[in-house]
Parts: sequence; C-alpha cells; structure tokens
Amino acid sequence: MKAEILVAGQPTEAPALVLTAPISFWGGVNPKTGLIADVRHPQHGVSISGKVLCLPGTIGSSSAAAVLLELVSAGLAPAALVLHEPDAILLLGLIVAQEMGHVTPMALRLDRAKFGEFVDTKLAIGSDGSITPS
Amino acid sequence: MALVLSAEQQAIANGVRGEGAAMAMRIVAATARLMGAPSLIPIASAHIDGALYHGDSGTLFAEKLALGGGKVAVRATLNVGSLDLTGCSNNRLPTRERGMARRMMDAYRTLGCEPSWTCAPYQAGHRPALGSDVAWGESNAVVFCNSVLGAHTNRYGDFLDIACAISGFAPYYGLHRPENRRATVVFDVSGLDPAFLGSEVAWPILGSLYGREIGDAVGVVAGIAAHPGEDALKAFGAASASAGAVGLFHVAGVTPEAPVLATALHHQPPQAVIKVTAEMIADSRRRLSTAHDMDRIDAVAIGSPHLSIAEFDRLEALIGKRKLKLTLYACTGRHTLAALEKNGRREALEAAGVVIVADTCVVVTPILPDIAGAVLMTNSGKFAHYAPGNTGYGVIYGSMAECVESAVLGRPIFEAAA
Repeated sequence: MKAEILVAGQPTEAPALVLTAPISFWGGVNPKTGLIADVRHPQHGVSISGKVLCLPGTIGSSSAAAVLLELVSAGLAPAALVLHEPDAILLLGLIVAQEMGHVTPMALRLDRAKFGEFVDTKLAIGSDGSITPS
Repeated sequence: MALVLSAEQQAIANGVRGEGAAMAMRIVAATARLMGAPSLIPIASAHIDGALYHGDSGTLFAEKLALGGGKVAVRATLNVGSLDLTGCSNNRLPTRERGMARRMMDAYRTLGCEPSWTCAPYQAGHRPALGSDVAWGESNAVVFCNSVLGAHTNRYGDFLDIACAISGFAPYYGLHRPENRRATVVFDVSGLDPAFLGSEVAWPILGSLYGREIGDAVGVVAGIAAHPGEDALKAFGAASASAGAVGLFHVAGVTPEAPVLATALHHQPPQAVIKVTAEMIADSRRRLSTAHDMDRIDAVAIGSPHLSIAEFDRLEALIGKRKLKLTLYACTGRHTLAALEKNGRREALEAAGVVIVADTCVVVTPILPDIAGAVLMTNSGKFAHYAPGNTGYGVIYGSMAECVESAVLGRPIFEAAA
C-alpha cells in the first residue's frame, strides 16, 4: 500500500510498533532512552527507537518536536513515523533536524484503520511512500 | 493547494534579513506546506516555549539562529527555562546540562525575547487583543490565549514559535481561520451538583475529563451559572491541554466568543453532546492520582500553570501561622515573585516551609529530591499528568486546601476545611 509523504527522509525496513493510544512525546517518551515513559500509556516501557512507529494520535505538550529532534540527533529516533493525520508540533522536529544537517526518518500519513494489519510485522518503507510487509 | 509566498516573505527566505531570518522563514514555509496552508499571515506577538532544555540539539538550534543574526520581529515572551535564575530554588541538573541550559536561555535573549520565564504570560502583562493573530507555544498558554483572550493561535511547538517570531509570519490554517473556531461538541455540566462546580477542584477535574473526551476538537462547556474566575479557567485549560490536544475551548456565558451557547456553535447544531455525570467526575478525579499507597507523601507542589498573586493570597490564608512538616513547592513567575518581595511575603512563606520556584517548575527540571518510590501531592491537573513520567514521583491529587493540610501534618489529608 502507499501512504502520503508528510516529511521526506530515509527509506527503511524495520519492525512495526503500533501504539494503541495517543501519546505526548514530551513527558511520554524519554529522549535519552527512546522508551515510552508515560505510566498511563498501554505501551509504557516499550522502545520506539528503530521502529516503524504508527501513531493513532498525538496529545499534550508543544515540546514534542524538541524530544523528536533530540531522539534524531542521539540516533534513537523511530525508523519511520506513520501518522493518522499531519501533526505540525511533532513533525517540526524532523524539519528542524534537516535544517541542522541530520539524516531523518520519513513521516507518512495513513488512515489508522489500516494500522491493525501491521501488528507484529516487519515493514519496508520506500522512498515513494510505499509500505510493504516483509 | 500550493503555498504562495508574498514578495516580502520570499525575500526573507532568500536572506534579505540575514541567514537567521532565512532559516526561520524556511521552517515556517515548510510547516505551512505540511499543513496545507495556502499563505502566511503577519502575527502581532509570540510566546516562546523553546527555551526549555531537552538536550543539546535545542541549544544548538537557538545558537544557529542567533549566529545568523536572527532577531524577533514582534513582541516575544519566554516560557519557563530549565533553571531558576532568581536563585529561589535549587536544581539537581548536572554541571554540563546546567551549562547547556544556561546557553540556551542566553541564546533566546540574544534573539530579542523578553526574559519573562513563565507559563502564565497572560498574567504577566502579555495579553493579545481579541481577534488578533499570534504565534503562541506551551499548551496551557495556547489554550488560554485562544479561549479566554480570544486571540487566534494554533498550538505552536518548539522551533516553530521562534521561527514565526523571527520571520513575523505564521501559516494560515487551523485556529487562525474563524470558521475553525466553531464548537462542534457541547460539554454539558448542568447535571452536576452546584456545590461541586463551586469547589476549587472542579475546574482541573473537569478540564482533565474534557481533554480526554474532546481530544483536538473545539468544544463548548454549557451549564455554568457564573464566571468562575480567571485562575479557574487557567486550571481547566491546562488540565484539558495535557489530557488531550485541546487548543481552544468555549464556556457559554463566560468566554469572549461564547456570549451564549449558540454563538459558540456558530448557530449550527453540535455534532455531539456530552452529558457529564457525577460518575464521570469521580472517575476523572481517581485517574489524576497514580500512587497505590494513599497514606504517604514526600512533597507537595502547586503552581502549574504558574501561581498568580490571588493564588498566593489563598495559599497564605490556608497556611496561616503554621509551619509545614513537608516542603511545599510553589511554582510561579518572576512577575509574581517581584510582588511577593515587596511586603516580606516571600520571607514569611519561606519561613513556613514553602520553597518558591521561579522561572521554571518542578516537572520540567530536577528540583524535587531524588527519593525512590516517592509520592507528590498536587492540586494541578497538569502536574498530576506529567509528574510520574518526568519526575518518577507517584501522584496524589487534592485541592489546594488538602495540599496545605497535608504539608502541615506530613501525611495525606482529604476533605480539609475549604
């Protein structure tokens, strides 16, 4: 299947991580470890680093971009981000990372109803926005 | 729809005002394209949330803008930093991080931002006019600016806030467009006990519930008989924006775009009506606490958003002449601190056992003592939401009166005299 490209970046092949609840990156993800730190989140303690991170929604703080930029510069970013809808607050982290000279993961837009197919799979993300189970 | 830049905007992107402004304009334009905005609009002011240290990359970003000669084109206040520059409180940040945090705060000053260092700029003299377009960051400041002041802002994240302030422009989409400010959901509280609605915990608890129920939609609270006061709306907005992606709420009969319910709905039928019940309130209140053991607390913290002078008046009245057994951290801005220092109020609070935290707060930087399994009591829906992830403290939620009684007696006390 093919998704709309929100922010261009590196193609990848990585395990999918489908979050079952929206997350706030600031306060919800530890920028030093890439682990989900929000104790109320169903995937608390899981690492988002190197995963195709499928986000049903994002909530909360306007510092999400800073956490994502920090994850990119520390090499702890997800391998790709798949969002139900574009989120300027979060994706700014990728736009700024590019301004700062970093190689960034891609951000794609896909209906969250499709996320269920990705659970426990490995996904190849092409530079044209294609998503292929591998 | 492709983004069209004006000749002036294109010139800024091409470097007519230097590389800092060019980088800022590129970031604003990239965001506009991402969000499908057709154009950029001039802004009247900005509130910058980007000066909080999350790691070196944020410091390097601000320094790159400053090195490129970037200067804000409009009034820009600063949200909290990671350090208390007033010296009221101590911080456990390691030396290296402290240095990077300080460099970051300095870089934002170099860019021409005002050193307000508060998450309540709207109570520190920065109040944009009704209907004006601004670029504000920090989720509680955004929601207050939109909802209570009636200025138009999207939820500007780190980096975009300063990029808009330097370029002087913002992408025209979202809550800048009047048609998107229409409430589509009615949050009806008319069935709740008036005694609850009049209590001091009502608005943080309602806000937390509202945020979870409404997500990123625009809603209108119906069934409020009288204006609850600015600090109540501040607490509601902060709790709603930390539990959901709320950028704008209306309160029928209270907020400026909702003189009556129909105005907030733009005279159209709502898509949904949420009838709030006593059970929903009880559940929302329970969710604010995470601690398993309700018999122990290690510290008390209030002031998210930053305390106003009226809230300090109440704190002093609740403490009276007593001494606290446990430290109560009272987070505020230097605008309030200056007022407390005039009549010896700061000294009296500190003598009682209050630690005033200015320029920053206890969930964004390590001020609370490092104690394994520690528990924090708070009256803030926002602290309740963020403290477990950011500080490792479990949370017990209570009113300000309960927080003070608990600090005085050294253990959690509920149902204290209000």
